[in-house]
Amino acid sequence: MRTGLLAAVVVLGFVLAIAGVHAPGEPGSLAWAGIALTAGLAAWLVKRLGDLPGQGWQALAAPLAFGATILALWEVLVVGFEVPMALMPAPSAIAARMASGAHLLWQDFVQTFLKAVLAGYAIGCGSGFLMALLADRVPFLRRGLLPIGNLVAALPVVGIAPIMVMWFGFDWPSKAAVVVAMTFFPMLVNTVAGLAAAGALERDLMRSYAAGHGQTLLLLRLPAALPFIFTALKVNAPLALIGAIVAEFFGSPTTGMGFRITTEAARLALDMVWAEIVVAAVVGSAFYGAMALIERRVTFWHPSVRG
Amino acid sequence: MRASILPVLTVSAGIVVLWYLGAVWLNWQVVWDMQARAGHAPDFATMVSLTLSHARPLLPAPHQVVVETWNSLTGPPITSPRSLVNHAMVTLSAALAGFGLGSLAGVLLAVAIIHVRALERSLMPWIIASQAVPVLALAPIVIVALGALGMTGLMPKAIISAYLCFFPVAIGMVKGLAAPDALSRDLLRTYSATPAQVFWTLRVPTSLPYLFAGLKVAVAAAVVGAIVAELPTGAQAGLGARLLAGSYFGQTLQIWSALTVAAVVSATLVGVVGLAERLLARRMGARA
Repeated sequence: MRTGLLAAVVVLGFVLAIAGVHAPGEPGSLAWAGIALTAGLAAWLVKRLGDLPGQGWQALAAPLAFGATILALWEVLVVGFEVPMALMPAPSAIAARMASGAHLLWQDFVQTFLKAVLAGYAIGCGSGFLMALLADRVPFLRRGLLPIGNLVAALPVVGIAPIMVMWFGFDWPSKAAVVVAMTFFPMLVNTVAGLAAAGALERDLMRSYAAGHGQTLLLLRLPAALPFIFTALKVNAPLALIGAIVAEFFGSPTTGMGFRITTEAARLALDMVWAEIVVAAVVGSAFYGAMALIERRVTFWHPSVRG
Repeated sequence: MRASILPVLTVSAGIVVLWYLGAVWLNWQVVWDMQARAGHAPDFATMVSLTLSHARPLLPAPHQVVVETWNSLTGPPITSPRSLVNHAMVTLSAALAGFGLGSLAGVLLAVAIIHVRALERSLMPWIIASQAVPVLALAPIVIVALGALGMTGLMPKAIISAYLCFFPVAIGMVKGLAAPDALSRDLLRTYSATPAQVFWTLRVPTSLPYLFAGLKVAVAAAVVGAIVAELPTGAQAGLGARLLAGSYFGQTLQIWSALTVAAVVSATLVGVVGLAERLLARRMGARA
């Protein structure tokens, strides 16, 4: 109850503060004192919410309140201190730009995500998976490939972007190629580890049923490998987006998220850059979340999902 | 470990062979056209040797990359803009500065999160969610914003690297500091250990494997961050600037040699972190 009252006070305080800084004229020292007080109350609120016991929406209350506080403070400080756009645009300016530039953002999303990322992700994860099946069949290949796969994980793979641009041109296939290179090895390494995860007992059972390699693979070892495969799918989701965006830094047609970010940053139009970042963040989390959701549906039997 | 040397060598040799075949195949058309324009009709053996020694190949042969890398490492004086040592040092210093800053911040945040439950509840979801966000896309913003504040050169790149290092270290360290089981904590409680003693004698030692797992990811990410940070602003020096210049002027060999050096730098750093982990583990009495 008292938490609810506190939350109402904080919300009211921030609404007043945002209205105050947007009103014409300099905010006085009294106004800043009020804002500081509100921020202090907000911190107290987050602390109270964080100490709440409970699951579900109650566990969400603290992070949501924290995020909202940061956003409100950002707006108040940037507008109140008249921070220039080239340094840091206010959230409201970013939102306005997202609304006015929606068609550009959509174009870039189609170019970068729907074309480059999805194609590259599918090819990279698919070929990594197939290579893992092959490596599983040929132990010699597995012992040779795994250390190399682990080494590649330590390398700045995204640096191959200029080469891919040279090979496949400026349009999305070169970005997809970078994504393929970035997603292949995590998939390979994880799938190989997953295929080794089935227990000896279950394998012996399959053998006693006279199951062949293919049957054991399909009925026992692939299902047992699913958690590992989904780990790779989840790790690869933001990697793929990063690969496509950074590859566009090396040359692209006049559309695409990476292209927009570099050109608008060079023009100091940071509101557009931030709008693009927001899209990238939402798309990246949604992509990751989609994979996590599919994982929960497909590996419903796994202890980590059953809870 | 020893059992995998032969397979690794075989697979590596296979990659090199494929690479040579690819170089011949990819460069064939360009070389053939050049020869045809000059009025030559070279036989197969000449063509192969020409495709493997082209100055601006689509795909340079491995020996060309090795020679170019060696030449640009040892040839020009270290201060020259043509020296890869110079570029590598620029990138390495930014990556290391960022790695230090970011790891320190990550560890400090993890310690705070472990001790203040409200911080964990309110911050951890954001830290985990931020893993799914393409952080590198922020690089141009950081550079432009810091440039507007008059900060150029090493610092903006280090901050991007630090930002990339921060998350894996923080997440690993939180996991590690929370790792001691109830039994060990109860034991320390029966000794009436103070919270500080519990922290230093139990939590910190238990967290080290988790910390180093995070540090290995972080140091590789720091190099990527430093390289990518050099892309969007037309930096003058650094491996990323070298990559970009090579891609503008179609200097394939320059791109490949910069990539090679970047790979060596990155792998060495990860190796050094791994070595530090083993040394520390041995000092702390691990038997491995």
